[in-house]
Amino acid sequence: MTEVLAADGRPLKASLNRALRRQKLRALALIAPLLIFILVSFVMPIADMLFRSVENEIVSDTLPRTVQALESWDSSSGEAPGEAVFNALYTDMALATEYKSHTRLGSRLNYELTGVSSLFRKSGRRVKRFDTDVYADAFRDADPAYADPSQWAAWMGDDTVRAAVPVTAATYDAWAKMIVEVDNDDPAKEEPWDFVYTSLYNEAVAGASLPVAVDVSGVEPVSLREQFVEVDKNWLDIDVWQTIKIYAPKYTNGYFLNSVDLLKGPDGAEARPESERIYVVLFIRTMIMSLSIMGMCVLLGYPIAWLLANLKDRTANLLMILVLLPFWTSLLVRTSAWKVLLQQQGVINDVLVWIGLVADDGRLQLINNQTGTIIAMTHILLPFMILPLYSVMKTIPPSYLRAAKSLGATDWTAFWRVYFPQSVPGIGAGCILVFILSIGYYITPELVGGTKGVFISNRIAYHISSSLNWGLAAALGSILLAVVLLLYWVYDKIVGIDNVKLGG
Amino acid sequence: MKTTLKLMATSCLTLTASMAFADGHMANEMTIVSWGGAYSNSQQKAYHEPYMENTGVNIINDESSAEAVAKLRAMNEAGNVTWDVVDVVASDAIRLCDEGLALEIDADTQLADGDDGSKASDDFGDLLVSECFIPQIVYSTTVGYRTDLVGDTAPTDICAIFDTDAYPGKRSLEKRPINNMEWALLCDGVAKDAVYDVLETEEGQAQAFAKLDTIKDDVIWWSAGADTPQLLADGEVVMGSTYNGRLFSLIEEQKQPVAMLWDAQVFDLDGWIIPAGLTPEREARALDYVKFATDTQRLADQSKYIAYGPARASSAPLVGKHADLGIEMAPHMPTDPNNAKNTFLYNYEWWADYRDDLDAKFQAWLSK
Repeated sequence: MTEVLAADGRPLKASLNRALRRQKLRALALIAPLLIFILVSFVMPIADMLFRSVENEIVSDTLPRTVQALESWDSSSGEAPGEAVFNALYTDMALATEYKSHTRLGSRLNYELTGVSSLFRKSGRRVKRFDTDVYADAFRDADPAYADPSQWAAWMGDDTVRAAVPVTAATYDAWAKMIVEVDNDDPAKEEPWDFVYTSLYNEAVAGASLPVAVDVSGVEPVSLREQFVEVDKNWLDIDVWQTIKIYAPKYTNGYFLNSVDLLKGPDGAEARPESERIYVVLFIRTMIMSLSIMGMCVLLGYPIAWLLANLKDRTANLLMILVLLPFWTSLLVRTSAWKVLLQQQGVINDVLVWIGLVADDGRLQLINNQTGTIIAMTHILLPFMILPLYSVMKTIPPSYLRAAKSLGATDWTAFWRVYFPQSVPGIGAGCILVFILSIGYYITPELVGGTKGVFISNRIAYHISSSLNWGLAAALGSILLAVVLLLYWVYDKIVGIDNVKLGG
Repeated sequence: MKTTLKLMATSCLTLTASMAFADGHMANEMTIVSWGGAYSNSQQKAYHEPYMENTGVNIINDESSAEAVAKLRAMNEAGNVTWDVVDVVASDAIRLCDEGLALEIDADTQLADGDDGSKASDDFGDLLVSECFIPQIVYSTTVGYRTDLVGDTAPTDICAIFDTDAYPGKRSLEKRPINNMEWALLCDGVAKDAVYDVLETEEGQAQAFAKLDTIKDDVIWWSAGADTPQLLADGEVVMGSTYNGRLFSLIEEQKQPVAMLWDAQVFDLDGWIIPAGLTPEREARALDYVKFATDTQRLADQSKYIAYGPARASSAPLVGKHADLGIEMAPHMPTDPNNAKNTFLYNYEWWADYRDDLDAKFQAWLSK
């Protein structure tokens, strides 16, 4: 086969490809603003949120030394860790207090174990006033060089000194970094704090050669374990240490376990005590209620859409306005209106009592339960069902029905065999819209749902805005997203996604 | 198509415009965040207007206090804090302080001394519950009841909530464990100062839930402050808990047949925090505002517009009449000796620890 050449002598295929590529690039450049916008405002935040459901760097960032020292602690020993861990905790705490990150870690761990929040807050307040100043005094009294900031800086720049006292060097580095970052001071002009001297003392006792020899045997050792326990005896609580150890890794599945009512224990997932199980029930309830709302919307929306599509234009337009009017009203106003209508002293109950259908002392409970949520949400989401149904029905030629009837079909057969199958794409689109919107709703269920009519999204909102447990909120959200995608896939398998139409 | 294009263009423009102005901190402007409604109004009259007049600073109101904690955290993570001063309840202030999202304040050096010469730290006293929190008002969560629905003997103590025999009908309680758990224990025979010790134990929590179980079917759980007043006005509930200021306006402004049950009212605090991470210039202005807005006279002024007690001891003698209704406000303050015969002290530290755990248990209990 001979190669076809273009006018400029290149192979035709190649130059065609090039022209096409240029065209594609131009098209891409045209949609680039939208693409970038979606990427920045939609994809990235969602990815970030999903990432939070496993991210757990705060523990190892705030307590790096403690986490490392805890590796050798056996949680099944039944004993709180020893002096070495508390030494590490002292340095970590002293630094974290300056960065004000200890209370953040406290709130984080308090989600897992009640009481850690105040444990960290209290300890942070006291950690600067520990008795370790005796070490600093001992060194300074032994040799004035130890009280000289610039001498310290010189030592810590000297590799032989650093090699002799590696822990002190690392502690000094962390201290110097903090002095620069938090206080904006020059470490070479500031005397190191007590915890640096404590590290030096510990290394001196262990036999390291100090830059200037000091005999520390006369110094009464301070037990940091006792110092911490004096602040709060919960530092001896195995559960506290176990929690720190379990949540030490940078990534955790703890949030996901929490969101399916499990607990991350020392030996893996455990069932949560029954009095704390909420999420599985809520997930199931959210699904069932969203499906009911969707069903109600189909039942109510279908005849309205049919009317809209088949009435004369003038009347249809009026009806359309009636459909859209509530759609334009504020969500809160509509929800409050339902309260006025549905409550026990409300309009509906009053009318029922007045016409004698219901006894005065037996008024119906229509709100603050699942009924209330289903009624209010069906009303709010109805336009999302009617509009796609209407636009699909509008495209079904009325002559089909007439043809069916003229060929002898009854009204019902003509509707069921001819009209209905053609409106299915509209039902599909409406159902997907209503279902997906309703599982994410939380304002309406919160206001009219009482105790049994609230959704999983209410808990997500709570964890986002009140408890600040964003990791758990992200995990719950991820599960919800996964469930939706799964249902979408099932829908595609059963009905086929090509069979969904939002309009003619 | 053309309309769509136009629409898109307009929304794009609005977006860019709002982004450009989002930081709108031109030299002389500050954004103050509060709760909205009557409360923001009282602050506008008592603090913002005189401050704007004195300094020429323009104050922009934002009504986002209900989501303040989450929004501040998001702003902080994005590195763009657009708020200057934020009104929050004390427990939120503690949380913000813990998260490093609020500025620490030294009351004596950064706030005004009391008119009576006392140092700010003495004037506010115990109400300085967090290093970041500048108290503004004392409010209380208390119970209101329909005078026409309670029969001949009006309730006098908090346990009327649990007494469905004497006071049949629905009651409304807040949809969270705080306050309800304490009231349940108080009415189950636990001594007032032992409540939190008991609530710390599994048995104590079970006891509180068991007490709440006795009225579970008769409770409408509220989550918005306006719910109980509306439910009382409609006669939907015979009694319900809410904030005392809401009941004041229901009784005195709307003249509803409702009375207040001050017994075992739970004091809580509302006040200012300044977000961490402001530029030095904005921080200085925020501090200046807060110093002005929490001095003795200003705190007393606020009580002219709303029935919440000033947080300074030195402001109490200055509380006068309501600006529109002309009634003496002192007897409507939660701190008034007649109302404060039996009060319950809310334990912030305790709830900061137990809130997450008890909230999960409370939700599990609710959905059972």
